[in-house]
Amino acid sequence: MAEMDEPMIVDGVCGGSCEWEGRWNHVKKFLERSGPFTHPDFEPSAEALSGFRNIDVVDMDTIDVSNLNRQFLFRSKDVGRPKADVAADFINNRIPGCRVVPHFKKIQDLDETFYRQFHIIVCGLDSIVARRWMNGMLLSLLVYEDGEVDQTSVIPLVDGGTEGFKGNARVILPGLTACVDCTLELYPPQINFPMCTIATMPRLPEHCVEYVRILQWPKEMPFGDGVALDGDDPEHIQWVFQRSLERSAEFNITGVTYRLTQGVVKRIIPAVASTNAVIAAACATEVFKLATSAYVPLSNYMVFNDVDGLYTYTFEAERKENCSACSQIPQDLRFTPSSTLQEVLNYLTGSASLQMKSPAVTATVEGKSKTLYLQSVASIEQRTRPNLSKSLRELGLTDGQELAVADVTTPQTMLFRLCFTS
Amino acid sequence: MAATKGSKEQKYDRQLRLWGDHGQEALENAHVCLINATATGTEILKNLVLPGIGAFTIVDGHTVAGEDVGNNLTLSGVLALQNRAQAATELLQELNSDVSGNFVEESPDKLLDNDPEFFHRFTIVIGVQLPESTCLRLGSVLWSASVPYLVCKTYGLIGYMRLVVQEHTVIESHPDNALEDLRLDQPFDEFKNHINSYDLTSMEKKDHSHTPWIIIVAKYLDRWLNEHDGQPPKNYKEKESFRQMIREGILKNLNGVPEDEENFDEAIKNVNTALNPTKIPSAVEDLFSSEQCNNITAQSPSFWVMLRAVKEFVHSEGSGNLPVRGTIPDMIADSQKFINLQNIYREKALQDAAAVTKHVENLLQSVGKVSHMSKLCKNAAFLRVVCCRSLAEEYHVDSVNKDEITSCMDSPDSEMVFYLMLRSVDRFHQLHSRYPGVYNYQVEEDISKLKLCVNSLLQEYNLNVNIKDDYIHEFCRYGAAEPHTVSAFLGGSAAQEAIKIISHQFVPFNNTFIYNAMSQTSATYQL
Repeated sequence: MAEMDEPMIVDGVCGGSCEWEGRWNHVKKFLERSGPFTHPDFEPSAEALSGFRNIDVVDMDTIDVSNLNRQFLFRSKDVGRPKADVAADFINNRIPGCRVVPHFKKIQDLDETFYRQFHIIVCGLDSIVARRWMNGMLLSLLVYEDGEVDQTSVIPLVDGGTEGFKGNARVILPGLTACVDCTLELYPPQINFPMCTIATMPRLPEHCVEYVRILQWPKEMPFGDGVALDGDDPEHIQWVFQRSLERSAEFNITGVTYRLTQGVVKRIIPAVASTNAVIAAACATEVFKLATSAYVPLSNYMVFNDVDGLYTYTFEAERKENCSACSQIPQDLRFTPSSTLQEVLNYLTGSASLQMKSPAVTATVEGKSKTLYLQSVASIEQRTRPNLSKSLRELGLTDGQELAVADVTTPQTMLFRLCFTS
Repeated sequence: MAATKGSKEQKYDRQLRLWGDHGQEALENAHVCLINATATGTEILKNLVLPGIGAFTIVDGHTVAGEDVGNNLTLSGVLALQNRAQAATELLQELNSDVSGNFVEESPDKLLDNDPEFFHRFTIVIGVQLPESTCLRLGSVLWSASVPYLVCKTYGLIGYMRLVVQEHTVIESHPDNALEDLRLDQPFDEFKNHINSYDLTSMEKKDHSHTPWIIIVAKYLDRWLNEHDGQPPKNYKEKESFRQMIREGILKNLNGVPEDEENFDEAIKNVNTALNPTKIPSAVEDLFSSEQCNNITAQSPSFWVMLRAVKEFVHSEGSGNLPVRGTIPDMIADSQKFINLQNIYREKALQDAAAVTKHVENLLQSVGKVSHMSKLCKNAAFLRVVCCRSLAEEYHVDSVNKDEITSCMDSPDSEMVFYLMLRSVDRFHQLHSRYPGVYNYQVEEDISKLKLCVNSLLQEYNLNVNIKDDYIHEFCRYGAAEPHTVSAFLGGSAAQEAIKIISHQFVPFNNTFIYNAMSQTSATYQL
């Protein structure tokens, strides 16, 4: 995340630290010279940027030894420390003049006053839920005038992700180009094994591990009552591994190893330095283009795969006309008056375009705001649970009324319009 | 400060899941040579040091300059004028104490003059930002010594890689979306017997609903063959009939409503792929007809000996087919039925591998070369061999790949134009001992000079293509800049190709890769 309020100084003084002659030679050529492929708005100048100086980094994680095969800002002495802090220290010490400010927090712990201050946001998040949240946050900052987006309220989002030898990089201009939710169907939902397979007819070593994790651990509580399975605790994994071996022996299943066990419990995705380097570089190139207008940014999605040779595919993801996040079109919920609230919740979580996780629903009934169902606070969950089996009519809801839905996939409450069908 | 095996397993866990312990071992036994610790060079090496290659040696005669500090993360903290090879070695070494780093403070040209055999010791040589003459000289030495060579260059917003390896064999290519090897069209005896041990008509519902779909398809296929004179379903209409036949086999309840039998749904869904005839992929057939496969000598690399043994197997015990792969996908079934079926395939695969091993022993009376037999048999359908042309062949007027170049240039904005521009700036450098547009005042006048180089290049190779002036202008504008983000993209790409060469897993590109950071597109050409 970069802020460029100060004009860049290319050669010469920079905060008193030693400044090499010619330090910006490589970058200068793109900022001072006009050319046939630059952005139409580009104006070459001598006082252009040299490097990004002000960067804030947000990360909720601490460093694990398994990060060290690719996360090059960290060393073994840093294991256990917050990633944001160590990354900031490293860059601040290594790059003269750079000011990185760390935030050892979840992205959701920061609000719009925080995010509003940036010119560009870059993400390397590890879940779709988090991406949707960030996407929603930037959409909530948009200012509309006469139905048109005020371009000064647009903060570009550059997003990268990798898995093994595959990766992708995309540029999102909130309110103007395809957002994360516009292309939600590109990400198929995670498939979990069916319970009956795990409970009674395992076939794969993975089924055996899931049995121990989901059924055996809660029953036996091997490390004390209420002690949850911690995928990072080798003793816990060892216990699961041994029990998984026993389970697999019962069914003549081969292939349970410690590595497989840990992979299943922690849902580990393989990762290497090279793919991450490629995608990070592509993202950084886009940040550079956005900040300098030196070139037209990626429009707007690139896919990379180097399993067999090197393959890239670049395309323009299209905005979804009725996107639940960015289209400004109120989303309809079509149900019969006798449908239950549970059915509505099932739709919110199951629909490919919404994929909510644990939606909380409120409505205005007889002039008063009423929570219909909320899962995340135990007391409210208990109180509102009976509503799930009630029909929408029973709950006092009327045709055309607004339902407000909150969920971890979006920072702002989403408004739906209830449409009764016969 | 050698790490214990346990801590290395933890550190490398995420990558071990991709290339296994044996892949990691190959990496740890490798010695990589990097020529020129520029931004591109250090980014490549960083992505090799982090995963734990055994050793690297940097060859670089330059001293750290101001512009290195501005585009090279590794060197960005350097405070005093150091020789670049040493500075980079120390800073890269610091990334991973398992790796041993060395440097030679010398230009590659000097080494080629005085001690070309210096390069013979390396597992792979990576040459970065090399002028054309040095690049070609080195290419010739490494080609004669059969040392793999990877050429990399960042030029403005363009990235370039060229892989030069004579013959690179791959047993574990790890294909995405591989077809299963189920042998439904040609069931082997043990499989046939197993199918016959099932009687779908006399099963209780629980068993019926948990019979593997492979068995279901096999049973119905039997029936179909009997009813159709031994001819399997071939076109869409017949396959639809076949699916319907299976659909009718779903148990019905007392009211005649079909029960929920997911295994039957799976069978119907898989009919198309299940009916694919078992056959040897053409890529493997090509390997079977190659010179190396048919002329086995005492010097033949083990890959070819094993491949020849597989070919012998195909023509005898295999009855025209490769050894059975031995794996089946997961499917709805109870544990016992699934495991029993899986074991049928597994045991057949073991049998076939043993038969192939006998053929290896017949070919050479030595047992030493049979260590990878089961791995080769399991991957028989996915074997790959990559042979790149030498740089000499690419550059020689008589053997230049005119067709590829001209047909790509039918689209004048294809990435091929960047290849031609890179060749042109090389030419410029040869002529003027500098690259075009390095200083602002040179940009304008160099455009026409560069254009002359472009034209002489096209003329020399008799290439009837047109290069837009915009590209010539842009390449002058670049001023041979090596921006960090483009270097980093190449850094990741090149490092992984090097890892493929070292580990013999996954498939390297063949042989020229162009990356365009302006449009975030790329292309691979065989030049």
